[in-house]
Amino acid sequence: MGSYQPSTQEERQAMLEAIGCQSMDDLYAQVPPQMRLDHLDLPDGKSELEVRRILEGIAAKNTVFPSVFRGAGAYKHYIPAIVKSVTSKETFVTAYTPYQAELSQGVLQSIFEYQTMICALTGMDASNASIYDGASAAAEAVAMCRDRKRSTVLISAAAHPMVRRTVETYCFGNGMEVKTVPVKNGFTDTQALTDLLDDTVACFYLQQPNYFGRIEAAKELGEAAHAAGAKFIMGVNPIAMAVLKTPGECGADIAVGEGQPLGMPLSFGGPYLGFMAATSALTRKLPGRIVGETTDHDGRRAYVLTLQAREQHIRREKASSNVCSNQALCAMTAAVYLAAVGPDGLRQVAERCMAHARYAAQKVCDVPGFDMVYPGPYFHEFVTTCPCKPEKLLTGLAKRGILGPLPLEDGNLLWCATEMNTRDEIDALEQAIREVV
Amino acid sequence: MELLFEKSRKGRRCDLLPPLDVPPAHLMAGMERETPLDLPELSEVDLTRHYSALERRAHGVNNGFYPLGSCTMKYNPRINEELSALPGFTGVHPTQSADTAQGCLEVLYLAEELLCEITGMDAMTFQPAAGAHGEFTALLMVKKYHLDRGDTARTKILVPDSAHGTNPASAAMCGFTVVNVPSNPDGGVDLEALKAAAGPDTAALMLTNPNTLGLFDPNILEITQIVHDAGGLCYYDGANLNAVMGVVRPGDMGFDLVHLNLHKTFSTPHGGGGPGSGPVGCKKFLQDFLPVFHVEEGGDGLEFKDPAKSIGSVKVFYGNFTVVVKALAYILTLGAQGIPEAAKGAVLNANYLREQLRGTYDIAYGDGPCMHEFVLTLHDLKKQTGVSAMDVAKALIDHGIHPPTMYFPLIVEEALMFEPTETESRETLDEAAAVLRDIRAQADADPESLHTAPHTTPIGRPDEVKAARHPVLRYTPPEGKA
Repeated sequence: MGSYQPSTQEERQAMLEAIGCQSMDDLYAQVPPQMRLDHLDLPDGKSELEVRRILEGIAAKNTVFPSVFRGAGAYKHYIPAIVKSVTSKETFVTAYTPYQAELSQGVLQSIFEYQTMICALTGMDASNASIYDGASAAAEAVAMCRDRKRSTVLISAAAHPMVRRTVETYCFGNGMEVKTVPVKNGFTDTQALTDLLDDTVACFYLQQPNYFGRIEAAKELGEAAHAAGAKFIMGVNPIAMAVLKTPGECGADIAVGEGQPLGMPLSFGGPYLGFMAATSALTRKLPGRIVGETTDHDGRRAYVLTLQAREQHIRREKASSNVCSNQALCAMTAAVYLAAVGPDGLRQVAERCMAHARYAAQKVCDVPGFDMVYPGPYFHEFVTTCPCKPEKLLTGLAKRGILGPLPLEDGNLLWCATEMNTRDEIDALEQAIREVV
Repeated sequence: MELLFEKSRKGRRCDLLPPLDVPPAHLMAGMERETPLDLPELSEVDLTRHYSALERRAHGVNNGFYPLGSCTMKYNPRINEELSALPGFTGVHPTQSADTAQGCLEVLYLAEELLCEITGMDAMTFQPAAGAHGEFTALLMVKKYHLDRGDTARTKILVPDSAHGTNPASAAMCGFTVVNVPSNPDGGVDLEALKAAAGPDTAALMLTNPNTLGLFDPNILEITQIVHDAGGLCYYDGANLNAVMGVVRPGDMGFDLVHLNLHKTFSTPHGGGGPGSGPVGCKKFLQDFLPVFHVEEGGDGLEFKDPAKSIGSVKVFYGNFTVVVKALAYILTLGAQGIPEAAKGAVLNANYLREQLRGTYDIAYGDGPCMHEFVLTLHDLKKQTGVSAMDVAKALIDHGIHPPTMYFPLIVEEALMFEPTETESRETLDEAAAVLRDIRAQADADPESLHTAPHTTPIGRPDEVKAARHPVLRYTPPEGKA
């Protein structure tokens, strides 16, 4: 059993005596005796080696698929070695939120660099230091848009179902009404959006590329929202930002997204990264930590947590949000990833995703019964029909080491390919599908 | 120190990907990004040196004593990092079928079982990503519970004035009105004020016990009874659980819901501000309101079930999963004996350090023993010498010690809040006490040198007013270099 306490039993006894106590019970004198526990019904403590064996055993019960053709909000990309090397540095791992600027310039500068990169990716003016994930970032963005007269949220039905669910859950809290803009042919229905927009609408949330992988006419949809006086929020895939029109170029007021593709493993859904950036008009409404540049008393460049008048520890119930801990180390992960791949590298990753997805779509659709459901442009995800029960296909693929597509409610399949799926792997996928179906 | 963008040189790169092995694909005209992508261009050696330099300008638990009050900066065991990074965990896609993710489900199931025993709760969700996120989740459950009973009048949340700022902020996010409850002269909840505040409009009380003064409220059973009698729920903010885990359980104090900070109490690291994990536990009668994806035993092993009256989802998927792996490894390591022993060690260390400082500094509410943390008040010191809590905090930096939490709780003037944790040795505490005594002497002898501390860091005190008034939130290249 370990408790990671350096002091020995004897030292602890000596410390007790040094403060004039007989036993530990004296220190818990304020705790009513009838409430104190006799014992905890837990297993006995274990050595490091025993704990290692137990958790390795548990991990071994999972299947890790060598070949993954599924995204749907969590994407398998190549993680450069430098990313893990930097983000596992002890000081970065064990530091707290950088309240003490003099002692935390390293962490603060890294967040400032992250914020700059998120602005570059999204084309927005200001980024926060991160939020929990793409869904909570979307929900926080929605809350930013509320004002006295406008408390309705329009969210595209082509947004990730869990993002929609999270927005609805946050809105159950803050009392905003959520209405869904339906999908037509795999796109957000422009006419339906126009019909839903009125002077109670605070914002419209659009995902780009959308849940079905399709590239929306974001600029036009945003213009419709703006024409009705609503704010325009875009939830974007960060890798796609290397090639697609940015939220800034589409006129978005707030850009958010799931940052997991930027160097974070799948990890059964977390920790991931919510990135969040806004126009300068909305900067002071952003939730969470923000790092700013300033100078010290000698005029040296310095970084601090700033605009804290928005935050819970100053404003309490009037704060813009309750965010305290965010996903700082994941933000650093994204920053190291982006710095490692650079502008050309990110474009290369995005183009590989598109090329591999197209090749995969072609190979999958070479098999009879699999057809593209939606014609037209997509990024790295696409939807096909399925000639058999999806479970049959998925079980068969799983036996061959392949994590197949995500079955959708309508019986169709949502596929994904990234730079990780080689030509050989995609050819093998086609072969496997033929064997299974 | 230069930023990545200032170190960037056109054409530098890391070579990462093989050549394209399928035909290239292109976007249609009009969809493409028009603005150049301003990311830095660096080689791998540039990057590793950059971040090593940044690491030297930061302070972690590995660098030295970190008595940051209410943050529980205990040692973060390295084995937990290794285990959470096992490919068997990191390689699992969140939408894999349950039969291919039994190990991940077992982690959540086991962690729930163990943490329910530690807190005295019946069920738990791991979806919340941080403590404040857990508060928000629990209050949504409170809201839904009352509405489900058809009780629409419960619109108020009672929060003691010593509470963390996240409590009132979380309540506001759920549409509740916050009612502040004053503290009594002993630092506990003022029972008469609580009785006056509790009523048919009370949705819940949010309470940290021990509170932010480091005091265990001896009236806790009466407090929770008053709220229950008024028809409200009692919510336990687990930020300070490290003082009492294994000694007394929130469930036995009368609490109905609790959030934990796995990144405080259960040793998972803070990462410079996350990722954390803020699971929420509840009593059986609230179980149906938990967020979606509750792990349960099914016919073919473990599976996710959505509780019948679930509040919904507070994030994608199941929470900061690999953080839960770390906490699980920690709990298995400590076990039935180690958990209370850690709490007792934390309380002992706090009391020991506090006694070393008695007579040198004024202790707020310092009559009885404290729990895992204590608060100094430098009100008189500032009056006498002009040296503030901020000055003392900054002076500690020059001695390699991370400052305590400053100016919190709000009900103590010139507050410094110390939480040494159980993973510090007696020598470390003795050294810190000696440093603090030296600083006290310096306050008389040379107060000016304290006003300008720290002197050994890459920067001196930053101009925070300038930062807020003229926000510069990202790097912009100088004119002509864009």
